[in-house]
Amino acid sequence: MEPVSRFFAARTPGTPSGESAMGRDLATLLRRSAAGDEGAFAQLYDAVAPRVFGLVRRVVRDRAQSEEVTQEAFLEVWRSASRFDASRGSALSWILMIAHRKAVDRVRSAEAARGREEHYGATSGEVEHDSTAEQVSLRLDAQRVHRALANLTKAQRNALELAYLGGYTHTEIAALLDLPLGTAKTRIRDGLIWLRDTLGVTS
Amino acid sequence: MNDDIHALSGAYAVDALDPEERVHFERHLHGCVACQEEVASLRATAAELAGLAETAPPPALRDAIMRQIPTIRPLPPARAETANQPTGSPPADRAATASTRARPTQPRRRSRLLAAVAAALLVIGGLAVWRAVDTTRPPTVAQQVLDAPDAARVAHILPDGATATIVRSKDVGRAVLVTSQLPPAPPGKVYQLWLQDPAGSLHPAGLLTGSGDQVFVLTADASDAAGAGITVEPAGGSPQPTSQPLALFTFT
Repeated sequence: MEPVSRFFAARTPGTPSGESAMGRDLATLLRRSAAGDEGAFAQLYDAVAPRVFGLVRRVVRDRAQSEEVTQEAFLEVWRSASRFDASRGSALSWILMIAHRKAVDRVRSAEAARGREEHYGATSGEVEHDSTAEQVSLRLDAQRVHRALANLTKAQRNALELAYLGGYTHTEIAALLDLPLGTAKTRIRDGLIWLRDTLGVTS
Repeated sequence: MNDDIHALSGAYAVDALDPEERVHFERHLHGCVACQEEVASLRATAAELAGLAETAPPPALRDAIMRQIPTIRPLPPARAETANQPTGSPPADRAATASTRARPTQPRRRSRLLAAVAAALLVIGGLAVWRAVDTTRPPTVAQQVLDAPDAARVAHILPDGATATIVRSKDVGRAVLVTSQLPPAPPGKVYQLWLQDPAGSLHPAGLLTGSGDQVFVLTADASDAAGAGITVEPAGGSPQPTSQPLALFTFT
C-alpha cells in the first residue's frame, strides 16, 4: 500500500535554493515578526508558503480545508514567533512542524467525528491532484533526497509516508499494514535516522 | 523502559504518537537532551521531505492572512519556565497539547474530542475563540467546561453530516458549542446561539460567524439553563429567534 507515493515520485528539474542563507533569513524574519513587523511576516510567508501549503495539501488533501489549515498555521506562526528558538532547529523546520501538527489535527478530528474505520478506505487512495493550480518545483537537493528515499527499505518508506503524509499514528499504521504493535514506530524512526544520516541533516 | 521511550522519538517527530504516548514522551523529553537533539534532527529531516513538492497557495490566502495578523497580538518571548520546554513546539501549542490531547487516564474518545477542540481552538478567527486561546497556562473557559467533572454533553447531527455538541458545566457556569464540518451560514446570515431558561424562553448567547470545526463559548451564564439552541439569523443576530432552530439541546 503506497497511498502517497506520488509525493515521492514524479519530479521535474528545478532551481538552486541557497538553503542555508535562506535559513538565516527566515530566522531573522521570524524575529522581526515577533516584534510585530508585518512586512517581515509577509516576506516570511512568501518564502515558505509553497512548502507549507504543499505539505498541508498532502496531509489534508481537500483543497479548501488545506487552505484553512495553512491559514491557521501561519496565524499561529505570527502569534508565537517569539517562541522560536534557533538553538533548537531551523526556522523552516519549526514552521513546518506547526503546519504539520495542524494538518494532522485536522484530519484526525475529522475522522473522530466520522468514525475511523470507514475512513481508512476513503483515504487510502491516491492524493487527488489539482493539476491546474498545482506547481511542483524541485530544489537543488531534491534529487539527493529522492536518492536517499529510494534507498530506504520499502517497509520503512511506507511507514514514514503513512505517518508524515498520511497523518496516521504508528498504532494505526501497524493496523493498516498488519504489523505487530511497535513495529511501525521502529520503522519510522529507523527510516528517519537513515535519511538524516544519508542527507547529512543537522538540526 | 528508557530504551522503549527513546524509540518513540521518530514517531513523535512526525506527529505519529497516540495522545497518551505523546504526553508520556514529552515528559521524558523535557529532561533528556539526547532525545531533544534527536527529535530536532529528525524534524529537520522530515522538513526535507516537505520540500519535495511545493504547491503555490492561491493569492487570496496571502491576502486573508495578512488581513488577519493585525488583529492578533504576538506572544511575548517565553519566560524561563517555558524556555526550558523540550524541543520545538511553541509553548502555546504545547499548552494546548498538554492539556487537551493527552490524558493518560481519560478514555480515548475524550482525547479525540479534546484534540478536535484543540485544533479548532487554534484555528478560528472568531474573537471569542482567540480570547479563549490566548491564555496559555490557565485553562481556557472552553477547556474548563470540557474538563469539568460535571460536564454534560448533548450532541446533534445536522443536515449534511455536520455535528454540533453542546457541553455544559453548571460548576463553571458556561456552555461550549463544538461543531464539526458545520457548513457556512447562508450569505448575509449568521448562526446564533441561544440558552433556554427553565421557563422555556430562549435568550441570545452569541453569534457564530465561522464554519467547519469550531469551538464556541456561549456568551451567557449557563448555570441554570435548561437547554440551548442554534438558529440561522440575519447578520448581527436577533433578540429572539426568527427561524426554526437547526438544533435544540436539552440539558438533563
